[in-house]
Amino acid sequence: MQPGAHAVIDLAGFGQVLDLLRASGYRLIGPVRRDGAIVYDEISSAADLPAGWTEEQGPGTYRLQRRNDGALFGYATAPDSWKRALHPPVLRLWQGRRVNGDLQVADEPDDAGPRAFIGVRACDLHAIAIQDRVFLAGQYADPAYKARSENVFIVAVNCGQAGGTCFCLSMGTGPKATMGFDLALTEIVDGGHRFLVEVGTARGAEILDGVPHRPADGADGEAAAQVVAKAAAQMGRSLDTRDIKDLLYRNLEHPRWQEVAARCLTCGNCTMVCPTCFCTTVEDATDLAGDHAERWRRWGSCFSLEFSYVHGGSIRASAASRYRQWLTHKLATWIDQFGTSGCVGCGRCITWCPVGIDITEEVRAIRETSAAMAGAGKEEHRADA
Amino acid sequence: MAMLQVAEPTAAVGPVVPRLFRVRGRRRETRDTITVDLQAVAPADESGFTPGQFNMLYIFGTGEVPISISGDPGRVDFLAHTVRAVGAVTQSLAAMKRGALVGVRGPFGTSWPVEAAEGSDVVIVGGGIGLAPLRPVLYRLLARREKFGRIVLLYGARTPGDLLYVRELERWRSRMDLDVEVTVDAAAGSWRGNVGVVTTLIPRAPFDPASSVALVCGPEVMMRFTVRELQARGVRDDRMFLSMERNMKCGVGQCGHCQYGPFFICRDGPVFPYGQIAPFFRVREI
Repeated sequence: MQPGAHAVIDLAGFGQVLDLLRASGYRLIGPVRRDGAIVYDEISSAADLPAGWTEEQGPGTYRLQRRNDGALFGYATAPDSWKRALHPPVLRLWQGRRVNGDLQVADEPDDAGPRAFIGVRACDLHAIAIQDRVFLAGQYADPAYKARSENVFIVAVNCGQAGGTCFCLSMGTGPKATMGFDLALTEIVDGGHRFLVEVGTARGAEILDGVPHRPADGADGEAAAQVVAKAAAQMGRSLDTRDIKDLLYRNLEHPRWQEVAARCLTCGNCTMVCPTCFCTTVEDATDLAGDHAERWRRWGSCFSLEFSYVHGGSIRASAASRYRQWLTHKLATWIDQFGTSGCVGCGRCITWCPVGIDITEEVRAIRETSAAMAGAGKEEHRADA
Repeated sequence: MAMLQVAEPTAAVGPVVPRLFRVRGRRRETRDTITVDLQAVAPADESGFTPGQFNMLYIFGTGEVPISISGDPGRVDFLAHTVRAVGAVTQSLAAMKRGALVGVRGPFGTSWPVEAAEGSDVVIVGGGIGLAPLRPVLYRLLARREKFGRIVLLYGARTPGDLLYVRELERWRSRMDLDVEVTVDAAAGSWRGNVGVVTTLIPRAPFDPASSVALVCGPEVMMRFTVRELQARGVRDDRMFLSMERNMKCGVGQCGHCQYGPFFICRDGPVFPYGQIAPFFRVREI
């Protein structure tokens, strides 16, 4: 098998793919049903997957539901993203000890080891590629991220249904996986539960060659295309990205920021569930004796006041400025910073916003009234007086 | 866990782990501000810097803060940092005695455009502790004095007691090849100098606006009015350079705290040509 080749495996064959990955030394990380949600955690076999489960998603709404089939990947997006596995929420950066008046400092060994991510969606493949740029492409690669992102085997899954808050089609990131995977599956339930497998890499081919498979025929290809087309037709949301960077730069003083701030709780949920939000804060701690010190890095959020604190107060004191920071970063300044949008259209920020603020709706509101703003004069260059 | 001994060079471990320095000397500048000179414990950890850059200074178990390097860039044997004691870390730093250990990550960030200013007049405008990141560029300019036209230093502080580097200011003031003007916002009767904000010095400062490079650092409100005054004199936007400040945690553009529009101040700044940041400069809470 070569990259780009297709084959078909059945349900048992899929189980064998996971078994073979484990036997090859990979720890398996995949979707499991826990606490009323689908989350990503260590799994031991295909039996751990949430067979027969799906979810209902809307602004501020997430409910697991039974499916009337046994689909293993019959849900859309989990509240979790793979960010947790590559950019851990809490991480010790180093620890130091005071010894005879001297300080000994050691950095942390990183030994996540070989891991296989099972069931990575197209939007999340793009999210991983975006975080790769943030943490690896600059002058200083982040050692912790680098260690964790090396030696990850990715089994992608093309989406067969879109969630109520999905808009990957608008962002050009899905619903079909086109890059960044070793193997990509399309789960076909009707007419015999099976998977069309696309080979992405040589090591993906090696795994597929190790399990029983048959060549894909025209009917398989057609069935898989229908699965993806159904998801594309179901998109719960859309976002017009034309000229979006300049649109937002032009509207830094748009009244909509005040309007959304009246609803925003500045809780930071959106930044936690976002698969690309990378901001962190650090905490320095000592033991009681003061001989041992550690530095911990935690996910941070631009919605907190301490995020922008400098002597004298927080730069972004108002909720409006913090929401503006988040949205304009995601959709505009990110493009200048990293040459790509920071949004992959996964819809998590909409689903997990406790008050259901919808990023697509906020952009639409600004776009619809932007022309009027431009006609009203150069408000965005308000004088400081 | 393998412990690295302090004697071993630690530069190889990257920008995450601080290198160890000791306080070699300290000078009180004002009531709440001191300058500490830091010397690398391991000679291999000595690093030069370019004027305008900053370090992340770490106090054992207390925390880490970004502090501009305020000393002579011609000296690599120590790094001077001028620290105003306003928070937990800076208070600890200000209280450090000779020989105390400080963790250093850096130097980070962009520099004042010294080479690009050759052949031009140079106007330096500092407000309060904003003089600290400007002092290295003044050392550099004076070390190569013949390369530049007129050099003007305009410095303002709240009161005479808040002026930094007072003895040096006096020395600089006595030089014939340097124009130094100092002002304070408010002073008692014994003060014989200027009273008023630093921007009031700009209209009558002796420089040729058409061929000048302006280097500005101070509180944002002071920089906003300074830009306005310099523009009024005819200094071009791309010939004005500002040193910006935001919260910083990592120093390498990965923690997100120092974002300023599309820029990471730690990586793309702290020194920016004004023309680059102009679209964001007057937006509140950006």
